[in-house]
Amino acid sequence: MDIKRYLNLKSLLALTGIVGLSFQQVMAQAAGVATDTVSKTDGLGKTVGYYLILFLLICVVIGIIGKVLHVYELTKQIQGKKEGIAWNKVNGILFAVTLVVGLYGAYWCYTVQGAQILPEAASEHGLKIDSMFRITLVITTIVFVITHILLFLFAYKYNYKAKRKAYYYPHNNTLEKYWTVIPAIALTVLVLMGFFTWRGITNISSDQMKSALQVDVTAHQFAWEVRYSGKDNVSGRKNYKLIGSLGGLNSLGLDLADKHNYDDLKVTEIVLPVNKSVRFTLTSQDVLHSFYMPHFRVQMNCVPGMSTFFQFTPRITTAEMKVKTNDPNFKYRLYCAKICGAQHYNMQFAVRVVTQREYDKWVKEQKPIVTDDMKKEYQLAMKENVASKENKIALNN
Amino acid sequence: MSTIAIPNSSAVHHDDHSHEHHKETFLTKYVFSQDHKMIAKQFLITGIIMGVIAMGLSILFRIQLAYPDKSFPLLEVLLGKFAPEGRLDPNFYLSLVTIHGTIMVFFVLTAGLSGTFSNLLIPLQLGARDMASPFMNMLSYWFFFTASAIMLSTFFIESGPAGAGWTIYPPLSALPKAMPGSGLGMTLWLVSMVLFVASSLMGGINYVSTILNMRTKGMDLWKMPLTIWAFFLTAILGILSFPVLVAGIVLLIFDRSFGTSFYLSDIYIGGQALANEGGSPILWEHLFWFLGHPEVYIVIMPAMGIASEVMSVNSRKPIFGYHAMVYSLIGITVLSFVVWGHHMFVTGMNPFLGGVFMITTLIIAVPSAVKTFNWLATLWRGNIRFTPAMLFAIGLVSFFISGGLTGIWLGNAALDINLHDTYFVVAHFHLVMGSAAIFGMLAGIYHWFPKMFGRMMNPKLGYLHFWLTFISAYLVFFPMHFMGLDGVPRRYYAFTEFESMQKWLSVNVFITWAAILGAVAQVAFLFNFFYSIFFGEKSTQNPWQANTLEWTTPVERLHGNWPGEIPTVYRWAYDYSKPGHDADFITQITPLSETMSSNLPHDFEGNEEAERIQERWNIDHKSVDKREEVK
Ligand code: HEM
Ligand SMILES: [Cu+2]
Ligand SMILES: [Cu+2]
Repeated sequence: MDIKRYLNLKSLLALTGIVGLSFQQVMAQAAGVATDTVSKTDGLGKTVGYYLILFLLICVVIGIIGKVLHVYELTKQIQGKKEGIAWNKVNGILFAVTLVVGLYGAYWCYTVQGAQILPEAASEHGLKIDSMFRITLVITTIVFVITHILLFLFAYKYNYKAKRKAYYYPHNNTLEKYWTVIPAIALTVLVLMGFFTWRGITNISSDQMKSALQVDVTAHQFAWEVRYSGKDNVSGRKNYKLIGSLGGLNSLGLDLADKHNYDDLKVTEIVLPVNKSVRFTLTSQDVLHSFYMPHFRVQMNCVPGMSTFFQFTPRITTAEMKVKTNDPNFKYRLYCAKICGAQHYNMQFAVRVVTQREYDKWVKEQKPIVTDDMKKEYQLAMKENVASKENKIALNN
Repeated sequence: MSTIAIPNSSAVHHDDHSHEHHKETFLTKYVFSQDHKMIAKQFLITGIIMGVIAMGLSILFRIQLAYPDKSFPLLEVLLGKFAPEGRLDPNFYLSLVTIHGTIMVFFVLTAGLSGTFSNLLIPLQLGARDMASPFMNMLSYWFFFTASAIMLSTFFIESGPAGAGWTIYPPLSALPKAMPGSGLGMTLWLVSMVLFVASSLMGGINYVSTILNMRTKGMDLWKMPLTIWAFFLTAILGILSFPVLVAGIVLLIFDRSFGTSFYLSDIYIGGQALANEGGSPILWEHLFWFLGHPEVYIVIMPAMGIASEVMSVNSRKPIFGYHAMVYSLIGITVLSFVVWGHHMFVTGMNPFLGGVFMITTLIIAVPSAVKTFNWLATLWRGNIRFTPAMLFAIGLVSFFISGGLTGIWLGNAALDINLHDTYFVVAHFHLVMGSAAIFGMLAGIYHWFPKMFGRMMNPKLGYLHFWLTFISAYLVFFPMHFMGLDGVPRRYYAFTEFESMQKWLSVNVFITWAAILGAVAQVAFLFNFFYSIFFGEKSTQNPWQANTLEWTTPVERLHGNWPGEIPTVYRWAYDYSKPGHDADFITQITPLSETMSSNLPHDFEGNEEAERIQERWNIDHKSVDKREEVK
């Protein structure tokens, strides 16, 4: 029996050797052919072959280790010891090791990668979110650590012994009650906090809505169009059927019959005054997008056919944030967070928070969204319209 | 309860059965089989193949994420114009993500998991000869097979597979102009999913009716193993929620092909304003998640059932809190119908509704916690045998805890504002659903392999498989939490365009290599699985010394399951290490009268006659109270 196994092992090795060699040759040939035809795939066969052989080698090594273990166990058995390797014990110990290494790994992630997460919230509601974040983090981390200690320690401690019998313990209703009620209480606390924070963020009185700075965002594949509402602080009406009208100038579909449009400003950068409430009105021209500014703890989808809103108050200027994060290149970010097509990963738009004075200066420099050319086109179109209407009336008479 | 009426004579002489009324050909035995065990194996092997494919897709897009600027000529050789210049095309990247998710969630973890183990275990563990409708069962598999074939075929069409993410939110999925993946690939995706749901419904109806009607004598509901409870409730969830997905899909097909406006309104695309008005993409989100959330429990509950069974058998201990385990499953089932809105907190859904869904969502965490604690208590003072199945069951518990805890973050609408659609969500569901459910499935495969194939899998390769997979899964998904907390959105083709994301590039390289390690580890499993089917060590009848009925059937796996009469059940499935009994297990078919030395007052369920007999026996044998003895 043993001899047979030995032979097996040898032939296995020999076989892989042959396979490996011939494979290399084939690959070399293939590579040779490839150079003649396409230079792009030059050496490709070789790399693929290399990895394949590496893989086969690993398989062989594992196979050999397996055989060695098997032989070892067999000899132990022949010597009259019942069990060769106490696999239950080995696995139990591995769980104990995993517990220690794993907890350390989690700690490492918390500290090293945790240091790379977002800085403190740059908005007022974000502070509330952050404090809830911390409470949730602490609670879940405690549960995570305790349950894993129990799980892996039990696995380590109670591994199989032929002599022992497990403790027949089918149920205990008191325990059951404890671990229903305690999580329920913890979750109730979290729910209540979450609920009121959420309502505080989303449930805004109409006075507050009106007094906030109005900014209107239209998303489309793959860019953002932002307009400020100007002196009247009301964004003018849009109609998607007017997009591309006025000789192609009307990219947002502004309805120029609405006089609120004329003072609206077109911007290439979102600039917000610090400590002033701003209300974003969001929509999309084509597919779903998501207006996501993580530093402010702000996210809301942009939906074609309906307006969505997010109102918040920035509390740290970009300049201050540069100091706080110790990063001279710090910038606030706007991402698109809803899959929207090929360039989803690259919908850029600059965001800046400044002092009120800087803001006032900046806003004066912004151009109206309704350009003189657009106005001219519009008047022309109106005239034609009137003319054709008059024509019709004349005809009807 | 009733047993299926197959004449015993034909079942007893099963060996010379073949030259009787129905001859088994290759076609009826292996292809159009109506035997639940064969159908289970068909589901399993198809599921494994789909799983390997979906895993391969994930490696492809992981390579893109790790090396966004590098060219891999091999990719161009393999993928042609989907990877021009050896770099994945951004649209194809999204298609890969989409099909990976779709296959994993539906084809592997729904059909592959429920299809395999519900089919295998429901008749075997309940004492039935087969499913209520074997024919429908066969149809269920072939619908699934067709759906799989159609889903995969989309890789061979010009515009590529569907690419709008596995949740296929319109308008992206509705407008072929929005991305190539919304062309023919999406049409076929929708067709495939309709067939898939049909398959799933046929399976589900079969499972429910078999469980309700075909249990053997003595097998009342409260004697069923937890696996069966889990399959039962899963099937109910599926039957009630999958049709809603079909409704949503039909509306989407109408919008795509017949000019309706269920999901579309005010759209300007490709230089043209569309005529559609009045629809809303939010409607799709409601319909999708009305299935989508129950779906995640459809995926995890069978895995939970399997883990409970495997953990009890291998800790040689009754599952702790059997009733609590069942009630928590029921609780999860009911609650999972009222939490779907937690996927929509920031979609524009009325924020007040968001508040309500937050409350229901955090309630569902309670039964989940109860299950976890019960598993821990099951391990406590057990006598744990680390079979590969047991390792995977323990791994499931670990993943379920890690991933479930982040659910508490996401379920909080205020926190979700910043976490939605980031890598944090990816980390959450890959741990709690991806990893946990796959581990449940693997536990089931290792545990019931002897029942399916009459042979054993190699345990040592199983250990290797477990440890490599367990570690690599954590290495892959744990760091993703932190990327999410840094606000990195998901489904990004490359992290190169935003300066702020570049610090995560090195982490991406690390994750990709961990994923490759995990993928390579699956070779150990695949080899073990296919090799053992043919050359594995022959199994004994009850290799794990388990109590449940399937281990009372012969190793040879007969059509009709038991050669003679179907055994009667006398006790629950979890009498392991009962004090007073010499062996550390008592099968469900052992009558109480044969275990006088270990019966507990509780076992008689108020049958006074039996209690009296036991009392007399106790006095005769001067036995002290068993409870005292253990202490
Ligand atoms: C402990 C209880 C759980 C809670 C409170 C919870 C909560 C949530 C929430 C709120 C989301 C939405 C996150 C977002 O998109 O912003 C989510 C996503 C998800 N959860 Fe859970 N979850 C729990 C357990 C589970 C389980 C057990 C599974 C599966 C077995 C699961 C699978 C998923 C999946 C697949 C997604 C992502 C879907 C997607 O957007 O692609 N969750 N979970
Ligand atoms: Cu996007
Ligand atoms: Cu959900």
